[in-house]
Amino acid sequence: MDAVCTFCGNVCDDVEFDVNTQKGKRFCALGLAKFREKERIKSPMVDGKEVSYEEAIEKAAEILVSSKKPLLYGWASTVNEAIRYGVILTEKVRGVYDQCASVCHAPGTLAVIEEGIPGGSLGAIKNRADVVIFWGSNPLEAHPRHPTRYSVMAKGFLIKDRKDRKVIVVDVRKTKSAKMADKFVQIKPGYDYAIISALRALVKGEDIEANEVGGVPKEELAELADIMKNAKYGVILYGLGVTQSRGRDRNIENAVKLIQLLNRYARWIIWPMRGHYNVVGAGEVPAWEVGYQYAIDFSRGYPRFSPAEFSAVEMLLRKDCDAMLVVSSDPAAHFPRRAVEHMKNIPVIQIDPFPNMTTLLSNVIIPSAVAGIEAEGWAYRMDGIPVRVKKLVDSPYWSDEKILKEMLRIVEEKLEG
Amino acid sequence: MIEVEIISGRTIDQGKTVEEKLSEEYFKAVSYCEMNEMDFKKLGLKEGDRVKVKTEFGEVVVFAKIGELPRGVIFIPMGPYANQVISDDTDGTGMPRFKGVRGIVEKTEENVKSVRELLGVE
Ligand code: SF4
Repeated sequence: MDAVCTFCGNVCDDVEFDVNTQKGKRFCALGLAKFREKERIKSPMVDGKEVSYEEAIEKAAEILVSSKKPLLYGWASTVNEAIRYGVILTEKVRGVYDQCASVCHAPGTLAVIEEGIPGGSLGAIKNRADVVIFWGSNPLEAHPRHPTRYSVMAKGFLIKDRKDRKVIVVDVRKTKSAKMADKFVQIKPGYDYAIISALRALVKGEDIEANEVGGVPKEELAELADIMKNAKYGVILYGLGVTQSRGRDRNIENAVKLIQLLNRYARWIIWPMRGHYNVVGAGEVPAWEVGYQYAIDFSRGYPRFSPAEFSAVEMLLRKDCDAMLVVSSDPAAHFPRRAVEHMKNIPVIQIDPFPNMTTLLSNVIIPSAVAGIEAEGWAYRMDGIPVRVKKLVDSPYWSDEKILKEMLRIVEEKLEG
Repeated sequence: MIEVEIISGRTIDQGKTVEEKLSEEYFKAVSYCEMNEMDFKKLGLKEGDRVKVKTEFGEVVVFAKIGELPRGVIFIPMGPYANQVISDDTDGTGMPRFKGVRGIVEKTEENVKSVRELLGVE
């Protein structure tokens, strides 16, 4: 059956999967693992006891309504329709909406608020880009088909051949992706900002005094600046190597400034390599609903944005939430240890297809259908292009959309009653 | 004991098993650290040996492996083991520092905890 892969931000729409034989075509190893059958959360549960969907949702609604400041977190691995109910639900219960990107690419959002983003689509990269720089990103392990479909081997309108394209990897370690590049620039951890600043100076034609910056000799930086200036259409595809190291959002801000400068000489764009298949939607949907992408507090009845206060990690570290709803993500596995500690002290509700580490801490567990296999809906590909993900098979599990819609209905009833 | 900078990140095996976090495969995919061969030898390690990684934010025991890394840099796949030692300070962005945290690594005889033990639940 024609399918759309719902693992990574590539959202590959050219794959096929046969649910009966469990065989797929054109998937990468990650996508195939996603589509393969695996252990599921069997039934809705409340405090370790199996219950019906109705009972679990009732209990969840009760927790949300009676808490002072619930944190509603996750959203990257579900469809826009479900996220929309999530945003409205957060507003109703006067909670805080935050999403996976707050520990991923959201610092880039802060840079974009300051500087804007000179961006482009994957199609433009495929068709035009003659210089492609992966900066702190490792597509061969995080987005395995990105290089073949869009950025390295892909043949496009102006790029007819791999030889028409120069591929550069900038990273602190020699990743698998570094090996496919024409040029690998190895930098010291935490020196992205300084290196970008040096490149800005060199592109402008200024000299830099240091002989090396962040482990990269001046000659190599000059060569890189030269390649950038002489590109016809260049792109920096940055990853978490840039947003999760020292400098975080400031690194992206500096990189955007570099791109603005390069646009005086050549056409350049910059774009983040987004991880989960709909992590873009987890930011875009609240942005169209209430104006912000993450760390949104509704406790005063209107939306306020402040990552220093309302991002999930900050809320948990400060013990500033008294209940948590986790949808399609696993903060117990992916948050720093001290943030996870607070999750043990508050009621946690989980909506997810698979048992994970958050399941082990959850009071209410609501299993859901896997979007792309058992449920359909809209998702944004990493470049913001909406893709309709498919339903291939019926399942006894409710979709995230149905669960959240019902939860919202009951919450509204309770608030009115 | 050696001083290191710790980075975490995705790997193919972490990605393949990320929806099976309570499985043996996930445990294998995330409970190790890679380091430069010289650092590995300096600590007197053999394949399969364990090391304790410590930072000001916590400590964790993981399996040690040789990887293609500069001396003084270790890599732990993203996940619960890395998250015991990375920095929880977000600098106001919401983003903890998952990469480039200073710490130390030493050989240990202690066991590598399961994800349940790590979380402190049964
Ligand atoms: S590259 Fe991403 S979207 Fe495409 S098949 Fe692999 S995991 Fe799925």
